[in-house]
Amino acid sequence: MTATPVEHQQASIVFSDVSYRVENQPNRDVISNANLAIDRGETLVLLGRSGSGKTTLLRLINRMLYPNSGEVFVEGRATTEWDPIRLRRGIGYVIQDSGLFPHFSVAENVGLVPKLENWEAARIANRVEEMLNLVGLDPGQYGPRMPRELSGGQRQRVGVARALAADPPILLMDEPFGALDPVTRAELQREFKSLARRLHKTIVFVTHDLREALFLASRIVLLQEGKIAAVSSPDRFLNLHHPEAQAFSASLHERPGAAS
Amino acid sequence: MNFWDFVLLHQAEILYATMDHLLLVFVAMIIAILIGVPLGMFIVHRPVLRSVSLGVSNIFQTVPSLALFGFLIPIPFLGGIGKRTAIVALVLYALLPILRNTYVGLTAIDPAVLEAAEAMGMTARQILWRVRFPLALSVILAGVRTATVITIGVATIAAAIGAGGLGSFIFRGVALVNNSLLLAGAIPAAVLALLADFSLGRLERRLQVR
Repeated sequence: MTATPVEHQQASIVFSDVSYRVENQPNRDVISNANLAIDRGETLVLLGRSGSGKTTLLRLINRMLYPNSGEVFVEGRATTEWDPIRLRRGIGYVIQDSGLFPHFSVAENVGLVPKLENWEAARIANRVEEMLNLVGLDPGQYGPRMPRELSGGQRQRVGVARALAADPPILLMDEPFGALDPVTRAELQREFKSLARRLHKTIVFVTHDLREALFLASRIVLLQEGKIAAVSSPDRFLNLHHPEAQAFSASLHERPGAAS
Repeated sequence: MNFWDFVLLHQAEILYATMDHLLLVFVAMIIAILIGVPLGMFIVHRPVLRSVSLGVSNIFQTVPSLALFGFLIPIPFLGGIGKRTAIVALVLYALLPILRNTYVGLTAIDPAVLEAAEAMGMTARQILWRVRFPLALSVILAGVRTATVITIGVATIAAAIGAGGLGSFIFRGVALVNNSLLLAGAIPAAVLALLADFSLGRLERRLQVR
């Protein structure tokens, strides 16, 4: 199934027969022949084990990496034709370790991309306030703080606010809640789900947690050893016959230490 | 004549030599910083130049200081007798800690921060100036501090090639076996080194970002 030009027009992101290898292992594909069209406004979850190629697939979208063969199209244009700086300014990016700049205040972190885009100071200040409110942080209280003065959950909230600040149509998230304690994680997942519904962004979300995938996704893409093993809606995922999908489904019910 | 009488008698001369010494150190440090910091920034993405420049500045560090002053005397333009030669030698000495700390500070940055910076669409130049450099500043300053303390000590030897400074007391003290003369050079040099270490250390802590 190769994406047609028509699909390129309608979809936000299209992978067309994409393969990716690392230089020192030319015989092993990290991603092999991936074909996938990601629609505008959907929350697509890339699910897979460690090393299955989830993060690689994500980084191919904002041209942190580019394919050895095939093309990735963003908004109808191949990433190799985009100016990488322009491309990335239009794509929000959230990672597990937040990557907040430790020498910038929360407000400066959130306002960075607008500042790079030469917005006026007053407009940046307004936007920062709006974004912090959006992620549930009081701008007056948290704006002037430094990242080290925040909890892990607050840092991830700031990370989301920062990614959304310049109003990009696409949001890439690499296990954004992976390092949080279970209670905070559940809290952020709930809030993020309602946020995603309101914002109508194209969201590509990487996780190895099926529970999280089922909860957040409008569609789940299962990756196994660099190949797309299955594409499914969350409600049908548990009934898939693919062995890797079944392995993931089985993990939902397993309790550590329980005899089977 | 005891030491304190000596100091009182020669206080103008000691003060002059101390200022002279400070001038040598100050000029050498400014030049070493102006070379070391930009070079350190330049070699971040250039591995060949990195090993060459770190290697060469490492070699300068290993040459005994008196020998380095001696080697420079016959070299045209840079060498000869006097302050200019002394400053060249001091710069070569101070270079390694500054260059190495600049490079280490710029590269030892949380990979998540650099990944986020790149993914947000910062250019390589913006990442260097707005992210790497401010985060490396305290490490760079630690290099400047080490270099300053070394330079204050090594500059006493510059008197051997007629560059003046506190070393002139020390060399005379050694030659005349006169402890008062020796101490009149050694004590101010030690105090200068301690003061530089202390004040630069405070500045370093203020610039530290965690």
